[in-house]
Amino acid sequence: MEFIQTLLANQLIVSILLSTLPLIFINVMVLVVLYTEMKVAAHIQDRVAYMRTGWHGVLQPIADMLKLLQKEDIIPTKADKLLFRMAPFIAFIGTYVVYAVLPFSSIYIGSNINLGAFFLVAAGSFVVIGILMAGWASNNKWSLFGGIRSAAQMISYEIPTALAIVIVVMITGSLNLQDVTKFQDGGIGNWIIFGGPLPWAQKLMLMPFTLITFLILFVASIAEVNRTPFDLPEAESELVQGYNTEYSGMRFAMFYLSEYANLFTVSAVVVSLFLGGWSSPFNSFMSGPLWGIFWFVTKAYTFVLIQIWLRWTLPRLRVDQLMFVSWKVLTPWLFVCILAVGLILVI
Amino acid sequence: MSSIGIYFYNIFHSLYTVVIGMKITIRHLFTRSATVQYPTIKKKIPERARNRLFVNIDDCIGCNLCSIACPVDCILIKTIKSTPDMDLGMTSKNTRKRLYISCFDIDIAKCCYCGLCVWPCPTECIFMTDVYEFADFNRQSFIYSFSIMTAEEITAAQRRLKKYNDEQTAKKLLP
Repeated sequence: MEFIQTLLANQLIVSILLSTLPLIFINVMVLVVLYTEMKVAAHIQDRVAYMRTGWHGVLQPIADMLKLLQKEDIIPTKADKLLFRMAPFIAFIGTYVVYAVLPFSSIYIGSNINLGAFFLVAAGSFVVIGILMAGWASNNKWSLFGGIRSAAQMISYEIPTALAIVIVVMITGSLNLQDVTKFQDGGIGNWIIFGGPLPWAQKLMLMPFTLITFLILFVASIAEVNRTPFDLPEAESELVQGYNTEYSGMRFAMFYLSEYANLFTVSAVVVSLFLGGWSSPFNSFMSGPLWGIFWFVTKAYTFVLIQIWLRWTLPRLRVDQLMFVSWKVLTPWLFVCILAVGLILVI
Repeated sequence: MSSIGIYFYNIFHSLYTVVIGMKITIRHLFTRSATVQYPTIKKKIPERARNRLFVNIDDCIGCNLCSIACPVDCILIKTIKSTPDMDLGMTSKNTRKRLYISCFDIDIAKCCYCGLCVWPCPTECIFMTDVYEFADFNRQSFIYSFSIMTAEEITAAQRRLKKYNDEQTAKKLLP
């Protein structure tokens, strides 16, 4: 970052440039993830997806985006116009802002604030407001249901997310995501999922608890982004399209974009906290600032693939089962983990 | 089992079944897909499949049995009796043909592909082929005319029949 700053002396231009980098990354990444999802989903179901647009359908996501761009923008007559228009953008802002604190590499992080992990959870709740607004302003009872269920789900799954982050913070001692990643530098044995760079005895005792915490964080993150099996808000067969029903064209594209960007975000968060972020699993082979970006994106992409895999394996959870899982399974186990990790770290 | 036992059992059982499900889907990820890329590759259809009808008009004796059997009335047959001096030829089953077929229209859009017209035919001249790609833009093009008589031949046959009938009635009226 400082390197680019010395290149162009103007502070404003530098900050604009650095803040649009994640936007370009999101756009490219969403196209790749869209293509991956449709192909992986198709092959899991023993069929092939698009084969005609481009070789084996590689141009299909671009065709999808072009189609959404040129659609008519329909606003229902009795809809609350201001809220209806604002909702997709608020949802996207909530997703985009989190990219400011993701450590893509040792030299690039949008904003190296000391409260990175806390900021993640806080700014991630912006999306809840966006979805509630969309559900309410659509003047459609099914959208309202979708919006309310989504708000309930996202709020109740933020607690396991925050508690899991607390466990990582206890081990590393810092909320700054760049410091957490540096703490795990030095090879696969130093990753927090295997206990972190601590002496042998502590590591062995910590390992089951960090494994459980990792699993719980992963499950809670899937619920945060409304992916199957937790996709009741957009339950395609029950609520028409949930809070998305009345949206068309570019506004729908915003929701769509923010869903896929969110997919990558939560994978990236899980990877930075537990799996070593941009550090290479081999000690210094293939490590360095540019290799950092490669490792980060590869690891996050693996978790995106796992989420796609889960989507096509599991049926949807009912709303009361959803609440049961969050409040009565994830949260108590996390309390036990916090207690255990605290004791182990003290001894 | 106590309720706390049920609680723990549920958690581990659900995790275990999720893993089993994921094993199955990942196995399917690497199996060959069942899709057939249709216009470039066409799958072979069974030998006795019932698709578009065809009529071998040289064998048709104009008995109207197929038209009567059709449940949706899509076959229209109009015949002209031939006079004893004309020779229409033999069918493949070695019977004499006695009727000119002036009109044999099948409205293939109405046809329900039941195959009921195939069985009554004495000469097996109407049968179902394996052609299934005959979509078209124009409704009129779905009326298939199998008759090969031109308008002049039809008027000539009708005139001949009229002349013969007149001669027969004239003969009857003679004392």
